[in-house]
Amino acid sequence: MRHLGALGFLLFWMLAGSGIYLYLRFDTSASGAYTSIGELEWWFGGVLRSVHRYAADAFVLVMILHLAREMWLGRFRGWRAFTWISGIPLVWLLYASGLIGYWLVWDTRSQFSFLATMEWMGVAARVGEAPDRLFSLFVFLHIGLPLALLAGMWVHVQRLGRPKTAPPRALMWGCAALLLVTAALRPAVSEPKWDPARAARDIAVDWFYQFIHPLMYATSPDFLWAVALGATALLLLMPYASKTSHLVVAQVDPANCNACGRCVADCPYQAVILSENKAMVFAERCAACGICAGACPSSTPFRSIERLVSGIELPDRTMQELRAKVQAALPCPEMVFCCEKNPLAGAIALRCLAMLPPAVVEYALRRGARKVRAVGCEGECAYRLGMQLCEERFAGRREPHLRATVSVQRNNNEYRFVLDR
Amino acid sequence: MKTLRFAAQLALYAPLMAILAYFSTEPRFSVVAPDEALVRVSFIHATQRKQACRERTPEELAKLAPNMRAALDCPRERSPLLVEVELDGKLILRREVQPSGLRRDGNAVVYERMALPAGRHRIVARLRDRAEGDFNFTKDETVELAGGRTLIVDFNAAKGGFAFLI
Repeated sequence: MRHLGALGFLLFWMLAGSGIYLYLRFDTSASGAYTSIGELEWWFGGVLRSVHRYAADAFVLVMILHLAREMWLGRFRGWRAFTWISGIPLVWLLYASGLIGYWLVWDTRSQFSFLATMEWMGVAARVGEAPDRLFSLFVFLHIGLPLALLAGMWVHVQRLGRPKTAPPRALMWGCAALLLVTAALRPAVSEPKWDPARAARDIAVDWFYQFIHPLMYATSPDFLWAVALGATALLLLMPYASKTSHLVVAQVDPANCNACGRCVADCPYQAVILSENKAMVFAERCAACGICAGACPSSTPFRSIERLVSGIELPDRTMQELRAKVQAALPCPEMVFCCEKNPLAGAIALRCLAMLPPAVVEYALRRGARKVRAVGCEGECAYRLGMQLCEERFAGRREPHLRATVSVQRNNNEYRFVLDR
Repeated sequence: MKTLRFAAQLALYAPLMAILAYFSTEPRFSVVAPDEALVRVSFIHATQRKQACRERTPEELAKLAPNMRAALDCPRERSPLLVEVELDGKLILRREVQPSGLRRDGNAVVYERMALPAGRHRIVARLRDRAEGDFNFTKDETVELAGGRTLIVDFNAAKGGFAFLI
């Protein structure tokens, strides 16, 4: 479920790929469109057409699940507000792209959807003719709106550090196989050709996109406007209606910051930048996860200064406090660090496990702990990248890394460290 | 373990496939019943101006800037459009439509959709596009409408007024 956003990107590229081939074979005139689609060879063009259809439907499904999940997890407040708000117009763009895509087939389903949309918009439509200029506009919109959607998706992930825009390979292949098998078992076919004299009867409605038409016929265009605009306004206002107090923000100590940029690279919400050769924090974007403090090279407890001040750290969870807690617990057979979201009795709790500088692990081992354990969130990290950053730091693939004199073993969300003698 | 993961993925994908395949075309939807036809009144028309143009006096023209001295003063506002549709002697639609635009100088847009029983019907459409007076466009015709068909009531003043398109 945590790959829904990445799946959305994958489906977009599948739609773009299949759409380019269909466009090459498509007659962009109202009189020729229907026939050109019918002439697609079933084994390639037909399959791609079906994949195009089902990928579009799956995109809606993925988008709704993604939206519902983020809402359920409360991920629309504070530092996530920008990402949430920038996602709402994408719903409209996806629906507009999909609905207009259906009109290009120029069959009775297109006719039904086009007339229902015009009725919703309060526009009288001359249905007796099929003007090519209008049809060209549909084609233009079916290319332009998805491009706008892509631009919107790019904006949507701008406040995320290392955004995942590609799902894991197994999921990618699984998704492609799912669409291909669905396309093979139930190929997308056209309805009878657009006929102005035919009333909308027995229409094969695509309920993922076209559910708004039956809803409008069951109620009224005004009701549909109220639902669509009301839902949009509600979603847009959610971050403000449920605003939580944001008391803690990471603070930079210029005297200890050497502008190495590790905090910038590791921040999961793009809240830290380098300005005038020092780190700078955007308060409204800061999630107070402490990952930046874990990344800062000056967070090492081996420093001989009496009062340990890191280049960047949380004012309510300083590195001085962390070192003091470690020192107070030593010597001990085992020292445990954990994430606040997954508290353990007797453990030193951190906002996020990635707030733990690898040097603190080594410090504990060298000063009297026989073993060290670090336990992260179960399942998905509350701050997106915590476990991923820990993994890379502890495996020596990312600065600040754990020195080779410490051995590490991972078991799901738990790391065990011992000193090599 | 690998087989178990594969089976779990398949178990997840199968209902997804079914959902995608089914809801992309089913259940089917009808706006009208099998024994019904549809009348769609759908047109755009720019009605006559509410006030007739008048010629400016030489004094009025003199007061205007040289490039603004148009001989005629034509108020922009257009008349409301009144449309009626009668089916077998019974009035089924009467609407007064205001021209669009902040100054009410745009087109009047009419869109109505009505279901009626299939069969032979006498349809009368009337339209008034001026401020006062009786209807200035009328069409009276008996049409045969089969079930599931649409009659489009179109209007084009340049082509003589109403057209019933089946």
